[in-house]
Amino acid sequence: MGFPPEILLEAALNGLLTGAVYGLVALGLTLVYGVLHIINFAHGALLTAAMYAAYVARTAFGLDPYVAALPLAGLFFLLGYAVQRLVIGPASRGRDENILLVTLGLSIIIENTMLALFRSDTRSIDLPYAMEVVAFGPTLLSWPRLVGFGATILVALLLFLLMSATATGKAIRAVAKERTGAALVGIDVAHIYAVTFGIGTACLAIAAALLLPSFYVSPRVGNAFVLVAFTIVVLGGMGSVIGALLGGLIIGVVESLSGLYLGDSLGQIGIFLIFILVLLVRPTGLFGARA
Amino acid sequence: MAKFEIGRRGAMLATAGVLAAPGLARAQVPAVRLGILQPVTGALSQDGEYGRLGAELAINEINAGGGIRALGGARIEMVFGDARSNPEGGVAEVEKMQAEGVVAVVGGFASPICLAASQAAARYDLPYVVDVGVSDQIVSRGLANTFRFGPGFGVVTTTALDNLVALNDAAGKPARTVVIVHEDGLFGSGMARLLNAELPKRGFEVLETIAHPTPARDMNNVALRIRSLRPDLVIPSSYYAEFVLLSRTMQQQRIRPKGIYCVLNGAASNFRFVREFPEAANLVMDCNHWADPRKPKTQELRRQVEAQNRFWLYNIPLNYSAVMLVADALERAGRADRAALIQALAATDGAFTRHIMPYGPTRFVNGQNQAAVPVNTQVQNGDIKVIFPREFADAQPVFPVTG
Amino acid sequence: MTARDILPILGFALVFAAAPLLVASNVVLNFLVFTLIIALAAQGWNLLGGYGGQYSFGHAAFFGAGAYVSAILQVRLGVNAYAAFACGIAKAALVGFVIGFLAFRSGLRGSYFALVTLAFAEVLRVLANAAEVTGGAAGILIRLEADPRNFQFAERGTFLWVAGGLVTLALLATLALERSRLGAQLVAVRENEAAAQALGVDALAVKLRAITLSAAITGAAGGLYAQYFLYLDAQIAYGTWISVEALLAPIVGGAGTVFGPVLGAIILHGVSEATKSVAGSIPGVDLVVFGIVLILVVRFPPREIPGLLGAWRRR
Repeated sequence: MGFPPEILLEAALNGLLTGAVYGLVALGLTLVYGVLHIINFAHGALLTAAMYAAYVARTAFGLDPYVAALPLAGLFFLLGYAVQRLVIGPASRGRDENILLVTLGLSIIIENTMLALFRSDTRSIDLPYAMEVVAFGPTLLSWPRLVGFGATILVALLLFLLMSATATGKAIRAVAKERTGAALVGIDVAHIYAVTFGIGTACLAIAAALLLPSFYVSPRVGNAFVLVAFTIVVLGGMGSVIGALLGGLIIGVVESLSGLYLGDSLGQIGIFLIFILVLLVRPTGLFGARA
Repeated sequence: MAKFEIGRRGAMLATAGVLAAPGLARAQVPAVRLGILQPVTGALSQDGEYGRLGAELAINEINAGGGIRALGGARIEMVFGDARSNPEGGVAEVEKMQAEGVVAVVGGFASPICLAASQAAARYDLPYVVDVGVSDQIVSRGLANTFRFGPGFGVVTTTALDNLVALNDAAGKPARTVVIVHEDGLFGSGMARLLNAELPKRGFEVLETIAHPTPARDMNNVALRIRSLRPDLVIPSSYYAEFVLLSRTMQQQRIRPKGIYCVLNGAASNFRFVREFPEAANLVMDCNHWADPRKPKTQELRRQVEAQNRFWLYNIPLNYSAVMLVADALERAGRADRAALIQALAATDGAFTRHIMPYGPTRFVNGQNQAAVPVNTQVQNGDIKVIFPREFADAQPVFPVTG
Repeated sequence: MTARDILPILGFALVFAAAPLLVASNVVLNFLVFTLIIALAAQGWNLLGGYGGQYSFGHAAFFGAGAYVSAILQVRLGVNAYAAFACGIAKAALVGFVIGFLAFRSGLRGSYFALVTLAFAEVLRVLANAAEVTGGAAGILIRLEADPRNFQFAERGTFLWVAGGLVTLALLATLALERSRLGAQLVAVRENEAAAQALGVDALAVKLRAITLSAAITGAAGGLYAQYFLYLDAQIAYGTWISVEALLAPIVGGAGTVFGPVLGAIILHGVSEATKSVAGSIPGVDLVVFGIVLILVVRFPPREIPGLLGAWRRR
């Protein structure tokens, strides 16, 4: 079954737009992995919490999600900092398997706190611009998703600049590369860990604000993105900001096109097959540091 | 909550009994325990919560009305179990309910949970009334304890198909081409298979069948394919969130087929969807479980639910009716005995009218209520109306959708 | 392997042999059967993850293979339930070997290995949901015929004996592995693969044997699940829930120890049941408590509690 080129084009473009958000979600995860070397099981739940925050910002305070994105990012930075500094760090004492357990425990706590507070209903907000489309040649692209795409590129760029040009960024990279050495030159490792986690959570908050106009929120909404985020992190190379962004875009397009040819249900294996193939051929991912 | 009330009522009656001996006998009527099993945490929590609500409404009503008369005015005490959205959780809760001496279990919601839980209940000849779970396997295992008041998968799909043809014929056959969108679970896949086999025989052409996972992160490509194929009719069978995504995306891309004919859709017969997205929801049709709009009790319950700031979903009338069924059977059985209850349930007939489903006279064969059918609804003017079959309809279908 | 090592295992076996005779409550028996099924799956994981240091996030692939093959053979081909169960184990071992071969050969380690196993499990899940042979989305139902010949038992107690027996076998196997050459090589690879290689250990072969054994044991758990609950679908067989259960239990109870997975499974499920009683009218509160306990368990691990108690007493 062949598809006319306009369909392929729009599917590919849709894939890029979706992939951008995936990439933003993966950004936080990849930083946390690259620096703290932990697989954060609570990532999906934190995204859920961020989406509820954006929802509340809109329904209780009338704040448009795009406006709320910045304050939410700040709020969630603090939240992430606190979670790492006060919960994950002390509880796990640095051991891998402990971190797994702690983040899993956190994800259960967060998801069910949302359930207890907001009940199980699936909620959405209706915004006037949420229904806008932009014609791009023969294709119709959703306006909120275009905004999401642009914002993601911006955030990725800012993050890249942060990591390469600022003192904090350099400290983060130092800790990621060589923890003990970094401590020896006076870097407060626990603080850097917490800052990194905070940045990761802030990225989630922005992703949540960008997602909300075209999506919905429920106690488990974040879970749908976790698997994909993990896939992108590994695909792009753990710890690589560019890797997360490009990985997201690639996965988005792959998902879109394999969905077209195999149906959205079976098409899911497209993502995982690409993932497996990349790993078998290039184990550290596209942009990852050689082990 | 029930326990507190029993305590208070028991105390009152005990006091009265001290003053008048006959009253003393009544105060000692033990409550009848009824197990209510719903997944209120985990992936199915939304449906579980509304299922529980329906059951509670029925139990409160029965108790307020004097309890089960044949058992001396015994109140129904709910023993609630959270199935945690998986079959193992359902089984564990059934075991607990059995240990607490329930006379029956109602609920389950999802077919895998219902299958496992009803089987666990069968060990003790504990009556199990399925609320929603449509898998035909539930009632074809030869388990005498399992009953289902609502329709099964086979009936729902053939009724949906027949009603579609009838609707189309009545409107002068405006629809010929179809795109099917379905969730890739038990119901959606089975329905898609049936429609693909049967629709061509009835003069329709299936342009494409699109399966999607639950949860789905994005429905833009599904909408894209619909847009490019320009079908007369779109037939979506999805859960709430996915249909919300699809219908909003279709609205966004100005895709307006002659009709959207849903089958067992999680959103099309859900007032939250109608209230939150009136434009996307308008004129969407569904073939689904729904309450009988002609019965005054339906309106009364709906007002009660909305007064609590909740939404009216099909889980509520189905569970309400299932509990009423058990109560009715208890009245006929005359004693809180499981074997007697199973017999009474199996013998239920048209005299059972306390339910609020749009069914004919109840008749159980192998535990399946033969009168159970889905009905066709349509969102009109911000309300969900029944448009077919005629005898239950409270509005005319608007089909095809023009403009 | 000395008598001293075997004694605790025999003790465990005796406890679970006696349990059905002492415990009348089916609530408890059902709880124990399910917990032991999970413990068995976790024991499989423990071989590869605990002793081998290769954390897998996709043990569902083996659980599901064991479960589906066993169910399909019984339902579609009328094969004897015990034979089907054995085939399920064999198939799971094969799947383990294939995944291990692909992954280890490419040099995947640590988190990369973990996530590739997750990807494999997900591929299997999506395929099982679409394929005819597995019953697709409708799943596969094993006919309820409670007869020992069908590997189905009318009494929950009998299931407990079977589960207990399988777990005991796995305990013995783990102990044997621990004391064997393969076990030593496995631990060497876990601690420092490069050094082990330099000492002449064929790391690839060692890891392959470990994953095959690991998969077989988890596959047995899948087959047992199928016999107990009699219904499977793609989400049940290959869902992430079992992958998480299989890795949580050993981590909580002590990865790389003989009893770790069993201890962890009992603790986790016990706490889960206990928190259920906290459940009030607000759904979710009980699970929040469970999550908190999970974090506390990390802070005060069960295996360290005897040590902590001793230190506290000595204060």
